[in-house]
Amino acid sequence: MDLDNDPMLEIPHARAIGMRVVHYSDTSVSVKVPYADHLVGDPDTGVIHGGVLTALLDNTCGMAVRPPEVTRGELSIATLDLRIDYMGAAQPHRDIYAEATCYKRTRNVAFVRATAYQDSPNEPIATCVAAFMIGTPNTPRPEFMESAMESASEATP
Amino acid sequence: MKLLTELRAQGRGQDMQAIVEGIPYARFLGISVDRKGNEITTVMPFKDELVGNTLLPAIHGGAIGAFLEMTAVIQLLFDNASERLPKTIDVSIDYLRSGGPVTTYGRAIVTRHGRRVANVRSEIWQVERDKPIAVSHGHYLLTPY
Repeated sequence: MDLDNDPMLEIPHARAIGMRVVHYSDTSVSVKVPYADHLVGDPDTGVIHGGVLTALLDNTCGMAVRPPEVTRGELSIATLDLRIDYMGAAQPHRDIYAEATCYKRTRNVAFVRATAYQDSPNEPIATCVAAFMIGTPNTPRPEFMESAMESASEATP
Repeated sequence: MKLLTELRAQGRGQDMQAIVEGIPYARFLGISVDRKGNEITTVMPFKDELVGNTLLPAIHGGAIGAFLEMTAVIQLLFDNASERLPKTIDVSIDYLRSGGPVTTYGRAIVTRHGRRVANVRSEIWQVERDKPIAVSHGHYLLTPY
Protein backbone atom coordinates (compact mmCIF):
# COMPACT_ATOMS: atom_id res chain seq x y z
CA MET A 1 0.00 0.00 0.00
CA ASP A 2 1.10 3.58 -0.73
CA LEU A 3 3.00 4.66 2.38
CA ASP A 4 1.88 8.30 2.17
CA ASN A 5 -1.80 7.31 2.14
CA ASP A 6 -1.51 4.66 4.84
CA PRO A 7 -4.60 5.10 7.07
CA MET A 8 -2.37 4.23 10.06
CA LEU A 9 -0.84 7.70 9.85
CA GLU A 10 -4.13 9.09 11.22
CA ILE A 11 -3.95 6.94 14.35
CA PRO A 12 -1.23 8.27 16.69
CA HIS A 13 -0.80 5.04 18.70
CA ALA A 14 -0.67 2.86 15.57
CA ARG A 15 1.93 5.23 14.10
CA ALA A 16 3.98 5.20 17.31
CA ILE A 17 4.07 1.40 17.26
CA GLY A 18 4.98 1.42 13.56
CA MET A 19 1.91 -0.36 12.16
CA ARG A 20 1.64 -0.52 8.37
CA VAL A 21 -1.29 -1.63 6.25
CA VAL A 22 -0.33 -4.53 3.98
CA HIS A 23 -3.73 -5.21 2.46
CA TYR A 24 -7.15 -3.61 3.02
CA SER A 25 -10.35 -4.64 1.24
CA ASP A 26 -14.03 -5.16 2.10
CA THR A 27 -13.40 -8.79 2.96
CA SER A 28 -9.96 -8.90 4.56
CA VAL A 29 -7.36 -6.77 6.31
CA SER A 30 -3.67 -7.39 6.86
CA VAL A 31 -1.40 -5.16 8.97
CA LYS A 32 2.25 -5.51 9.94
CA VAL A 33 4.44 -4.26 12.79
CA PRO A 34 8.15 -4.15 12.00
CA TYR A 35 10.41 -5.22 14.88
CA ALA A 36 11.57 -2.23 16.94
CA ASP A 37 13.56 -1.89 20.16
CA HIS A 38 10.94 0.22 21.97
CA LEU A 39 8.37 -2.58 21.63
CA VAL A 40 10.39 -5.12 23.62
CA GLY A 41 8.65 -6.61 26.67
CA ASP A 42 11.44 -8.87 27.92
CA PRO A 43 14.85 -7.17 27.79
CA ASP A 44 16.60 -10.52 28.46
CA THR A 45 15.30 -12.16 25.27
CA GLY A 46 14.27 -9.22 23.05
CA VAL A 47 10.75 -10.67 22.69
CA ILE A 48 8.04 -8.12 21.79
CA HIS A 49 5.58 -7.27 24.59
CA GLY A 50 2.13 -8.88 24.48
CA GLY A 51 0.61 -5.41 24.58
CA VAL A 52 1.94 -4.73 21.09
CA LEU A 53 -0.03 -7.74 19.85
CA THR A 54 -3.09 -6.42 21.71
CA ALA A 55 -2.78 -3.08 19.92
CA LEU A 56 -2.11 -4.72 16.55
CA LEU A 57 -5.05 -7.16 16.87
CA ASP A 58 -7.46 -4.51 18.19
CA ASN A 59 -6.55 -2.14 15.39
CA THR A 60 -6.73 -4.78 12.66
CA CYS A 61 -10.09 -6.06 13.96
CA GLY A 62 -11.47 -2.51 13.97
CA MET A 63 -10.41 -2.01 10.36
CA ALA A 64 -12.18 -5.23 9.40
CA VAL A 65 -15.41 -3.75 10.81
CA ARG A 66 -15.12 -0.55 8.78
CA PRO A 67 -14.72 -0.97 4.99
CA PRO A 68 -11.80 0.99 3.48
CA GLU A 69 -14.00 3.48 1.59
CA VAL A 70 -15.84 4.57 4.75
CA THR A 71 -14.12 7.32 6.75
CA ARG A 72 -13.76 7.27 10.51
CA GLY A 73 -15.97 10.33 10.74
CA GLU A 74 -18.76 8.56 8.83
CA LEU A 75 -18.74 5.38 10.88
CA SER A 76 -17.41 5.37 14.42
CA ILE A 77 -16.84 2.10 16.23
CA ALA A 78 -15.74 1.10 19.72
CA THR A 79 -14.24 -2.15 20.99
CA LEU A 80 -16.64 -3.91 23.38
CA ASP A 81 -14.44 -6.84 24.25
CA LEU A 82 -11.32 -8.52 23.03
CA ARG A 83 -10.10 -12.00 23.94
CA ILE A 84 -6.56 -12.97 23.01
CA ASP A 85 -4.85 -16.36 23.24
CA TYR A 86 -1.07 -16.29 23.09
CA MET A 87 0.16 -19.41 21.31
CA GLY A 88 3.87 -18.70 21.61
CA ALA A 89 6.44 -15.95 21.86
CA ALA A 90 7.18 -13.92 18.76
CA GLN A 91 10.71 -14.44 17.48
CA PRO A 92 12.86 -11.35 18.12
CA HIS A 93 14.07 -9.14 15.25
CA ARG A 94 11.31 -10.25 12.89
CA ASP A 95 8.14 -8.49 11.69
CA ILE A 96 4.71 -9.48 13.01
CA TYR A 97 1.59 -9.66 10.81
CA ALA A 98 -2.10 -9.71 11.70
CA GLU A 99 -5.08 -10.69 9.56
CA ALA A 100 -8.68 -10.03 10.56
CA THR A 101 -12.09 -11.06 9.23
CA CYS A 102 -15.43 -9.59 10.23
CA TYR A 103 -17.61 -12.72 10.15
CA LYS A 104 -20.90 -11.22 11.34
CA ARG A 105 -22.30 -7.72 11.29
CA THR A 106 -25.63 -6.80 12.89
CA ARG A 107 -27.19 -3.35 13.12
CA ASN A 108 -25.36 -2.49 16.36
CA VAL A 109 -22.59 -5.03 16.79
CA ALA A 110 -19.86 -6.58 14.62
CA PHE A 111 -18.01 -9.82 15.41
CA VAL A 112 -14.42 -10.25 14.30
CA ARG A 113 -11.69 -12.91 14.38
CA ALA A 114 -7.99 -12.27 13.90
CA THR A 115 -4.66 -14.06 13.84
CA ALA A 116 -1.15 -12.74 14.46
CA TYR A 117 1.80 -14.59 12.92
CA GLN A 118 5.34 -14.30 11.61
CA ASP A 119 5.97 -17.13 9.13
CA SER A 120 2.48 -18.15 8.05
CA PRO A 121 -1.12 -17.72 9.25
CA ASN A 122 -1.10 -21.47 9.88
CA GLU A 123 1.48 -20.97 12.63
CA PRO A 124 -0.19 -18.27 14.76
CA ILE A 125 1.62 -16.56 17.64
CA ALA A 126 -1.74 -15.21 18.87
CA THR A 127 -5.41 -15.44 17.94
CA CYS A 128 -8.26 -13.23 19.00
CA VAL A 129 -12.01 -12.75 18.89
CA ALA A 130 -13.57 -9.35 19.37
CA ALA A 131 -16.93 -7.58 19.38
CA PHE A 132 -17.36 -3.96 18.32
CA MET A 133 -20.21 -1.50 18.81
CA ILE A 134 -21.09 0.20 15.54
CA GLY A 135 -22.16 3.84 15.35
CA THR A 136 -20.90 5.04 18.71
CA PRO A 137 -21.09 8.82 19.29
CA ASN A 138 -18.05 10.72 18.08
CA THR A 139 -18.27 13.33 20.81
CA PRO A 140 -16.12 13.36 23.94
CA ARG A 141 -17.56 12.25 27.28
CA PRO A 142 -18.88 15.34 29.16
CA GLU A 143 -16.01 15.40 31.66
CA PHE A 144 -13.48 15.58 28.81
CA MET A 145 -15.36 18.06 26.62
CA GLU A 146 -13.23 20.98 27.77
CA SER A 147 -9.85 19.37 27.06
CA ALA A 148 -11.14 18.09 23.70
CA MET A 149 -12.15 21.63 22.73
CA GLU A 150 -8.69 22.87 23.71
CA SER A 151 -6.86 20.29 21.61
CA ALA A 152 -9.22 21.00 18.68
CA SER A 153 -8.48 24.75 18.82
CA GLU A 154 -4.74 23.99 18.95
CA ALA A 155 -5.08 21.86 15.83
CA THR A 156 -6.68 24.69 13.82
CA PRO A 157 -4.35 27.72 13.87
CA MET B 1 21.41 -8.52 30.94
CA LYS B 2 19.13 -10.36 33.32
CA LEU B 3 16.82 -7.65 34.56
CA LEU B 4 15.12 -9.42 37.47
CA THR B 5 18.20 -11.40 38.57
CA GLU B 6 20.31 -8.27 38.76
CA LEU B 7 17.74 -6.21 40.64
CA ARG B 8 17.14 -9.04 43.12
CA ALA B 9 20.91 -9.45 43.64
CA GLN B 10 20.98 -5.75 44.55
CA GLY B 11 18.10 -6.33 46.99
CA ARG B 12 15.73 -4.35 44.73
CA GLY B 13 13.41 -7.19 43.77
CA GLN B 14 10.45 -5.20 45.13
CA ASP B 15 11.52 -1.98 43.38
CA MET B 16 8.71 -2.05 40.82
CA GLN B 17 9.71 1.33 39.39
CA ALA B 18 13.17 -0.06 38.50
CA ILE B 19 11.54 -3.10 36.90
CA VAL B 20 9.18 -1.09 34.66
CA GLU B 21 12.05 1.18 33.68
CA GLY B 22 13.92 -1.94 32.56
CA ILE B 23 11.11 -2.95 30.18
CA PRO B 24 11.38 -0.91 26.95
CA TYR B 25 7.66 -1.16 26.06
CA ALA B 26 6.61 -0.01 29.57
CA ARG B 27 8.97 2.95 29.15
CA PHE B 28 7.46 3.71 25.74
CA LEU B 29 3.94 3.77 27.26
CA GLY B 30 5.27 5.94 30.12
CA ILE B 31 4.11 3.59 32.90
CA SER B 32 5.25 4.14 36.48
CA VAL B 33 4.40 2.42 39.77
CA ASP B 34 3.12 4.13 42.91
CA ARG B 35 3.73 2.09 46.05
CA LYS B 36 2.00 2.69 49.35
CA GLY B 37 3.10 0.03 51.85
CA ASN B 38 2.08 -3.34 50.48
CA GLU B 39 -0.24 -1.85 47.83
CA ILE B 40 0.79 -0.80 44.35
CA THR B 41 -1.00 1.28 41.72
CA THR B 42 0.25 1.51 38.16
CA VAL B 43 0.13 4.97 36.56
CA MET B 44 0.02 5.87 32.85
CA PRO B 45 0.03 9.63 32.19
CA PHE B 46 -1.70 10.74 29.00
CA LYS B 47 0.39 11.48 25.92
CA ASP B 48 -0.43 11.87 22.23
CA GLU B 49 1.23 8.56 21.26
CA LEU B 50 -1.51 6.70 23.18
CA VAL B 51 -4.41 8.10 21.13
CA GLY B 52 -6.43 5.76 18.92
CA ASN B 53 -9.35 8.05 18.09
CA THR B 54 -8.31 11.63 17.36
CA LEU B 55 -11.92 12.82 17.03
CA LEU B 56 -12.81 12.21 20.69
CA PRO B 57 -9.84 12.01 21.60
CA ALA B 58 -9.65 8.53 23.15
CA ILE B 59 -6.81 6.25 24.17
CA HIS B 60 -6.21 3.32 21.77
CA GLY B 61 -7.77 0.01 22.83
CA GLY B 62 -4.37 -1.56 22.39
CA ALA B 63 -2.71 0.84 24.81
CA ILE B 64 -5.52 0.12 27.30
CA GLY B 65 -5.00 -3.63 26.83
CA ALA B 66 -1.25 -3.27 27.27
CA PHE B 67 -1.71 -1.24 30.46
CA LEU B 68 -4.13 -3.85 31.92
CA GLU B 69 -1.63 -6.59 31.11
CA MET B 70 1.30 -4.64 32.52
CA THR B 71 -0.71 -3.99 35.71
CA ALA B 72 -1.30 -7.74 36.14
CA VAL B 73 2.33 -8.67 35.50
CA ILE B 74 3.68 -6.00 37.87
CA GLN B 75 1.34 -7.25 40.63
CA LEU B 76 2.59 -10.83 40.11
CA LEU B 77 6.22 -9.68 40.30
CA PHE B 78 5.43 -7.60 43.41
CA ASP B 79 3.97 -10.76 44.98
CA ASN B 80 7.16 -12.66 44.06
CA ALA B 81 5.01 -15.16 42.18
CA SER B 82 7.52 -15.97 39.45
CA GLU B 83 11.28 -16.23 39.06
CA ARG B 84 11.13 -14.79 35.55
CA LEU B 85 8.73 -12.37 33.85
CA PRO B 86 5.29 -14.07 33.73
CA LYS B 87 4.10 -14.91 30.21
CA THR B 88 0.55 -14.14 29.21
CA ILE B 89 -1.40 -17.27 28.23
CA ASP B 90 -4.71 -15.55 27.50
CA VAL B 91 -6.44 -12.31 28.34
CA SER B 92 -10.03 -11.15 28.02
CA ILE B 93 -10.63 -7.41 28.01
CA ASP B 94 -13.93 -5.59 28.54
CA TYR B 95 -13.95 -1.98 27.39
CA LEU B 96 -16.39 -0.02 29.57
CA ARG B 97 -15.79 3.64 28.73
CA SER B 98 -13.58 5.53 26.33
CA GLY B 99 -10.22 6.55 27.80
CA GLY B 100 -10.02 10.34 27.89
CA PRO B 101 -6.92 12.53 27.60
CA VAL B 102 -5.96 12.27 31.30
CA THR B 103 -3.86 9.99 33.52
CA THR B 104 -4.97 6.35 33.86
CA TYR B 105 -4.48 4.27 37.04
CA GLY B 106 -4.46 0.49 37.45
CA ARG B 107 -4.87 -2.14 40.15
CA ALA B 108 -4.72 -5.92 39.86
CA ILE B 109 -6.03 -8.72 42.06
CA VAL B 110 -4.49 -12.18 41.88
CA THR B 111 -7.60 -14.39 42.03
CA ARG B 112 -5.71 -17.64 42.13
CA HIS B 113 -2.01 -18.27 42.14
CA GLY B 114 -0.88 -21.84 41.58
CA ARG B 115 2.64 -23.10 40.98
CA ARG B 116 2.67 -22.58 37.24
CA VAL B 117 -0.40 -20.49 36.45
CA ALA B 118 -1.93 -17.39 38.00
CA ASN B 119 -5.41 -15.98 37.31
CA VAL B 120 -5.38 -12.20 37.57
CA ARG B 121 -8.07 -9.52 37.31
CA SER B 122 -7.02 -5.98 36.42
CA GLU B 123 -9.05 -2.81 36.58
CA ILE B 124 -8.09 0.63 35.27
CA TRP B 125 -9.75 3.96 35.85
CA GLN B 126 -9.20 7.67 35.25
CA VAL B 127 -11.09 10.39 37.10
CA GLU B 128 -13.25 8.25 39.39
CA ARG B 129 -12.03 5.06 41.01
CA ASP B 130 -15.51 3.47 40.90
CA LYS B 131 -15.95 4.16 37.19
CA PRO B 132 -13.39 1.84 35.54
CA ILE B 133 -12.70 2.45 31.85
CA ALA B 134 -11.69 -1.20 31.28
CA VAL B 135 -11.29 -4.48 33.15
CA SER B 136 -9.52 -7.68 32.19
CA HIS B 137 -8.93 -11.15 33.43
CA GLY B 138 -6.12 -13.31 32.22
CA HIS B 139 -3.99 -16.36 32.86
CA TYR B 140 -0.25 -15.95 33.25
CA LEU B 141 2.41 -18.64 33.04
CA LEU B 142 4.84 -18.47 35.98
CA THR B 143 8.36 -19.82 36.40
CA PRO B 144 8.45 -21.56 39.80
CA TYR B 145 11.50 -20.76 41.94
